Amino acid sequence: MAQEVLAALAGNIYKVSVDVGDTVEEDDEIFVVEALKMEIPIYAPCDGTISKINVKKGDAVEEDDVLAIIE
Amino acid sequence: MGVFAVTPGMLVMWLISLTLIYLAISKKYEPLLLLPIGFGILIANLPLTDLMLPGEGLVWRFYHYGIEWEVIPPLIFLGLGALTDFGPLLSQPRLIFLGAAAQAGVYITFFAATSFGFSLQEAATIGIIGGADGPTTIFLAAKLAPHLLGACAVAAYSYMALVPIIQPPIMRLLTTQNERRIRMKKGRKIGSREKLFFPIAASVVVILLVPASAPLISMFMLGNLFRESKVVERLTDAAQNSLMNIVTIFLGLSVGATMNSENFLRKEVIFIFFLGLFAFMIGTATGVILAKIMNLFTSDKINPLVGGAGVSAVPMAARVVQKMGAEADKKNHLLMFAMGPNIAGVIGTVIAAGIFLTLLQ
Repeated sequence: MAQEVLAALAGNIYKVSVDVGDTVEEDDEIFVVEALKMEIPIYAPCDGTISKINVKKGDAVEEDDVLAIIE
Repeated sequence: MGVFAVTPGMLVMWLISLTLIYLAISKKYEPLLLLPIGFGILIANLPLTDLMLPGEGLVWRFYHYGIEWEVIPPLIFLGLGALTDFGPLLSQPRLIFLGAAAQAGVYITFFAATSFGFSLQEAATIGIIGGADGPTTIFLAAKLAPHLLGACAVAAYSYMALVPIIQPPIMRLLTTQNERRIRMKKGRKIGSREKLFFPIAASVVVILLVPASAPLISMFMLGNLFRESKVVERLTDAAQNSLMNIVTIFLGLSVGATMNSENFLRKEVIFIFFLGLFAFMIGTATGVILAKIMNLFTSDKINPLVGGAGVSAVPMAARVVQKMGAEADKKNHLLMFAMGPNIAGVIGTVIAAGIFLTLLQ
């Protein structure tokens, strides 16, 4: 079952910590978003494999943007 | 030769100057301000110069035309307005109350300071430190108690830098682990038309209510109107960056230069630092407590940590909230919720300053 990784808040992608095809466990860090000069990690909502990444380092994201898909 | 005119007081001021320069460079405590302030203190305490001589001195001119004439603090607010996104505040309007509650620190300290023998004007200037807003403190001090300006400004900027140290213990003491874990419901999305309308409406309302706040509020809202109009990006950029940087240099230097040994090396100054800290701690606590009280009456719970951001140290206080929230629950992101009261706190502190000016000038 595919699950979306959403941006918890607006900011810029500071780091993409995974690649497509990586296996992740729930609560693994997937992205780091930078907002107001804070680096805020975004964690995996579930176990699975990263099937798609929609953003790259430096991209501006809005709250609730779909950053990646985990299957 | 100047070297024979150095007084012991000057030597003490040199030490204070070097301490601030050290903190700015090594510890990165508000370096953009504490570095020019520190250097300003040094040059104001070198003997036989006329840098601060009224009518003649170079730095006196910066001070007179920049601060006494109320030019620089409003220009800083123009830049702050251009940097501010009112979205978080508009999407959770009830959090405005937290920004208002935190101003209790300002008023309580005002009364406390009068009981320590400060005049009403001095007490107001000291109380406003609790807003932890540098330009507002300077703006008010220049009008009500210019002899305290340096001390109050340094206190305000120091406490802003120390937000991550001062606030967390208070916030931890007043909240339970479960409260810190509260995940807040997202507010509605704010459209660009609302964001455009807000600075215009807020200027009219706030200035009608407290006319004395007009210099700061009008510039703050103009900067925000530049930003939200999206048609004057050059002006937004100038207000946020080049203009802000330029006036920051003159602000820091002239604030530092007001701190000569006669003005600064007095026992009142110790009280100012103590009372300013007290104001700031009370403000943090009242914000958190009001959030807890509001939770008694609503099912849509507020994480009380967010109340700690009601003091106006933007965005340091909001960062503290985010950090503490994430410590309790690493997937809880309170940053944007905290920005609402944080920005409301800025406006609240300006209004408090306007009220003091109206009553005491």
